[in-house]
Amino acid sequence: MNVLKIAAGACLAAQIGLAVPALAQTPVKIGVITSLSGPGGYLGQDIRDGFELAIDMNGGKLGGVPVQVMVEDDAAKPGQGKQIVDRLLKNEKVRIFTGIVFSNVAGATVPDVLDAGAIYVSPNAGPSTFAGKGCHPNYFVVSWQNDSLHESAGQLANELGYKSVYLVAANYQAGKDALEGFKRFYKGKIAGESFTRLDQTDFAAEFAQIRAAGPEAVFQFEPGGLGIAFLRQYEQAGLKDKIPMVVAAPSLDAVTLSVVGEAALGVNVTSHWNSGFDNPANKAFVAAWDKTYHRPATYYASQGYDTALAIGAALKGVAGKLDDVEAFRQAMLKADFQSTRGAFKFGPNQHPVQDWWALKAEKTADGKLALNTKAKILSGHGDAYAKDCKF
Amino acid sequence: MIVLEQLLNGVQFGITLFLMSAGLTLIFGIMGVINLAHGSLYMIGAYAAALVAAHIGSVGLALLGGIAAAAVSGIVIEFIVVRRLYERDHLDQVLATFALILIINQGASMLFGRQPLFVSMPAALSGSVTLLPGLAYPVYRLAVIVLGLSVAAGLFLLIHYTRVGMLVRAGATHRQMVRALGVNVGRLYTVVFGLGALLAGLAGVIAGPITAVQVGMGEQILILAFVVVVIGGLGSVRGAFFGALAAGLVDTMSRAFLQMLFRHLMGGSNADALASGMSSISIYLLMAFVLLVRPHGLLAGKT
Repeated sequence: MNVLKIAAGACLAAQIGLAVPALAQTPVKIGVITSLSGPGGYLGQDIRDGFELAIDMNGGKLGGVPVQVMVEDDAAKPGQGKQIVDRLLKNEKVRIFTGIVFSNVAGATVPDVLDAGAIYVSPNAGPSTFAGKGCHPNYFVVSWQNDSLHESAGQLANELGYKSVYLVAANYQAGKDALEGFKRFYKGKIAGESFTRLDQTDFAAEFAQIRAAGPEAVFQFEPGGLGIAFLRQYEQAGLKDKIPMVVAAPSLDAVTLSVVGEAALGVNVTSHWNSGFDNPANKAFVAAWDKTYHRPATYYASQGYDTALAIGAALKGVAGKLDDVEAFRQAMLKADFQSTRGAFKFGPNQHPVQDWWALKAEKTADGKLALNTKAKILSGHGDAYAKDCKF
Repeated sequence: MIVLEQLLNGVQFGITLFLMSAGLTLIFGIMGVINLAHGSLYMIGAYAAALVAAHIGSVGLALLGGIAAAAVSGIVIEFIVVRRLYERDHLDQVLATFALILIINQGASMLFGRQPLFVSMPAALSGSVTLLPGLAYPVYRLAVIVLGLSVAAGLFLLIHYTRVGMLVRAGATHRQMVRALGVNVGRLYTVVFGLGALLAGLAGVIAGPITAVQVGMGEQILILAFVVVVIGGLGSVRGAFFGALAAGLVDTMSRAFLQMLFRHLMGGSNADALASGMSSISIYLLMAFVLLVRPHGLLAGKT
């Protein structure tokens, strides 16, 4: 019996030994941890589909290096994200992670990735906690820093000439970042502010507050399904025509718009991407997306796509070898890829420096609803935390 | 005026909670089953109504379709899964019904995709009416209040003045005796489960035009429904009614007025932070308080 065991062990050891030289040809594993279930599951779905679309368009490779994507669902639960990272690090030896949608999941999960010396490239969540003093050489964000989404909305509120604004945000890290960001740029008066629960589906109480405060405009941060409920109830409460709304991209994306319908007409949005952006990279992306998925492309999809390209550029720079993290980092920082949003580079804290645009929900000539690009709000905009980041 | 408006909001929220928790408490009180999949029945109701409305366009049919789909799913679930759990302990029930949540959610996202469905508001119920000078209130929310109150009255009559109701009441407290008298307890349980599912489906149908119809929508309201059941007393439908109203009012009122109150007491940003924190836990504080005063809930069943 013992002899058999030893023999089996020896065989196993021999196999492992044999496998090592072959590693260079095996595909690079990329762990995509994202929210596929629960409310807001479409956000993770779009990020994943955008990411995989980029790989498919490059024949199963990124930057000429074969990759293997391992998609896991965190169900928007921080604890679940942590468990997945643990498993992928230990069992699958994954060295590159991406995918997280929600800031609270990122807050719990990303430190484990970084502590293990692996790399995290964010396609969405960009909480302030990792942008300033808490920045990390192995942490990259392709989407935006949370605050900067809402800084652009604050700037738009200035340009639209609103003297007082009421603020509403979901009560979690990204919601707090949202109000911080808005207030940093908005110069008028804050008529009042409310935080809502993340599982809240009824906003009647907040609307009564808004009506009582009588602001010139409302700014809200309610991503995904929350935003749908918010916009519909806002119209039902008869507020839509009385108090205009300024929001950043998460509160009104292409999917929310198609579900909310007319209740969204006239809402002012700021975004770093829109499906109609006129650059070759975006045209190729939108065409491929429409052909493959037959549903409107959201900015989540574009971020997933850009993230894959960013990782691809870095993989190309190191010829698919991940042993030297510093070399990978330097290759990544060059951001040598064509972003769907046009100009894109990494700032000193490895968060994006990019342009922000004003969009508006309007009816097109054929009666459909669309987000139309109006004007540039901020050019080459980084974030407020970059100066605090020291590596 | 704003107080009155918020009171109405609170009542409306409470009524929605009641529709959810009435079914939960019936199923728990009579059958002794903790049904985590109750939220999935809510989602099934909302999805079915959304699909009927999208394909046929009739509001009445959408309502019927939604509650019928939920009731039928409830009966099927009872027949296939829950039936086997009556004699097992609560942990097994939690495990099995949690599995149902995962299966139903996955099924829904495979069938209908993860993107939310669009449900339009019935034309007759959109817009608002002026109740008092300066108080315009959405018609839909008023309709929800009226509908919910009539369902509550109907349930009261059903439980106290019909033969099924008598068996339900007796089954809750003296299961063996009811069985000994020759009543088919199995069929009674199926009826009760179906009724609970129907109520959850109705809540889902109502929620459709107000919130987003999407996978996982049931879990958001499920926790609150459980809190209501605990506040009202396990197994008591009347308790669930008052518990739901109390929870709805406390939640809405604290969200609306705590901030103003705290602003009188301390600085602006501190007040906002504290008020938002306090109002998110107000329902749980209410539950803790009720349990402190009445450990079995407001109107506990006599089990």
